[in-house]
Amino acid sequence: MAYEQVKVETPLVLRILPVASILLFFGVWQAVVELKIVPNTMLGSPTQVMALFWEKLFEANPDGAVLTTHAYISIIEAFTGFFLSLIVGVPLGLLMGWFALAEGLARPIFELIRPIPPVAWIPLTIFWFGIGIPGKVFIIWLSGIVPCVINSYVGVRMTSPTLIQMARTYGATDWDIFKKICIPSALPMVFGAMTISQAYCWTTLVGAEYLAADQGLGYLITMGRRLAMPTMVLLGMICVGLTGVAIGIIIERIEKRLLAGIRR
Amino acid sequence: MKSNNQPKIVCQNISKVFIQKGSQRVHVLEDISVDVKPNEFVVILGPGQSGKSTLLRIIAGLETPTTGTVTLDGKEVSGPGADRGLVFQSYMLFPWKTVLGNVELGPRLRGIPKKERREVAQRYINLVGLQKFEKHYPHQLSGGMKQRVGIARAYANNPEVMLLDEPFGQLDAQTRYFMEKETARIWETEKRTVLFVTNNIEEAIYLGDRIISLQGKLPGRMHATYEVNLPRPREQTEMKFLELRQKITDASELVL
Repeated sequence: MAYEQVKVETPLVLRILPVASILLFFGVWQAVVELKIVPNTMLGSPTQVMALFWEKLFEANPDGAVLTTHAYISIIEAFTGFFLSLIVGVPLGLLMGWFALAEGLARPIFELIRPIPPVAWIPLTIFWFGIGIPGKVFIIWLSGIVPCVINSYVGVRMTSPTLIQMARTYGATDWDIFKKICIPSALPMVFGAMTISQAYCWTTLVGAEYLAADQGLGYLITMGRRLAMPTMVLLGMICVGLTGVAIGIIIERIEKRLLAGIRR
Repeated sequence: MKSNNQPKIVCQNISKVFIQKGSQRVHVLEDISVDVKPNEFVVILGPGQSGKSTLLRIIAGLETPTTGTVTLDGKEVSGPGADRGLVFQSYMLFPWKTVLGNVELGPRLRGIPKKERREVAQRYINLVGLQKFEKHYPHQLSGGMKQRVGIARAYANNPEVMLLDEPFGQLDAQTRYFMEKETARIWETEKRTVLFVTNNIEEAIYLGDRIISLQGKLPGRMHATYEVNLPRPREQTEMKFLELRQKITDASELVL
């Protein structure tokens, strides 16, 4: 065998350092609160957050819902917005990349709307949809669609021109080339868009819920502020972070699966 | 088929000027006239920068000549078409398709039913000697095998003319020599009108019925035509082979 599997050990120090770093972070945080360096009205300690986490799993008060409901609502909103942005954004970007007509029509409008931060749409959204789920989905959709369109567009644009010429010598029509060459070539970029778009959606979700919601993790943060409970704010923040990481990992797994046959 | 005296391809007084970066004129070809008889193997021989690939691309319809015309069976060529199969130097296979998927491209684009196009593809995969590799992806193949796929793909589209643009330029010397033998074998099994572009004198003599050499340095001009009246299969060490090689080499050196 020319290629042998060998095990390369990471030095002990390098393996310990990340763990030590995290322990130190939480230790200092705990100490800062315990020793009243920062008053408890401004910051909750990690143990307090843990306790509230446990409590909120079963207790709907004071904000009106248990933690799992908040998380569930947020995930539903984020994913609905995310899927809608994929369904609209990817085909739009692909078409814009290949057909001059699509680009000419859609690009100016897209470029006009793109620089407006999705959160700036919140007031209008409240007029249109109220504070229910559809409004938040709309805002999330707006933020998720941007990377979908851009990545799909660039993906098609990066198609090898020689491959296109080759297909022409085989009598391929524009539509054939789009379907059989441009789309497969663009796929790695499109899957890349999934990761980016999901991250955008999740970020915007918290903003959307912060202003217009009655349930969801962002709403939990808002309620924490209104009730002057820094521990609840922190709990909301941590839950948003952890759920975001979890979704990110799942999407990355899916992306790797899908790309296994393409990226070589 | 028309009578054998009627040329298949006629290039008449072709010149090509490219405009690069909006304002730079590059004169690539000047006054090229070539005609190819049905089932003739014609080699266009020229050093780098002699416009030979451009000439082939013009015949393929991927470029339009600045002056002059290309006709196929008496009809003027106005764009790429399935009647001319082009084999690229850089293979240009779909990385996301298997050997079979790549070879059946042409029939699939013409909407030929799956069973039928599979048969056609399989036949040419066998012809180029890639049986048992149908399910392999291009990245699993060597350079020589990739180019065999390119040749099988061109054949499977059943073109009247095969255009090969320095197909073995990226191969090592040994593989190249082997592929030249294979090309001669494949062509003799299924004759087609062939235009083969190369910068390699031995390759030209080994394969061609006729060699048209272009003069180096842009713009490319007609230089000389050599009939290769050697029996096939040819031997690169034969006396007549070496004499012709010497003759072409001497003539080329005068130009360079």
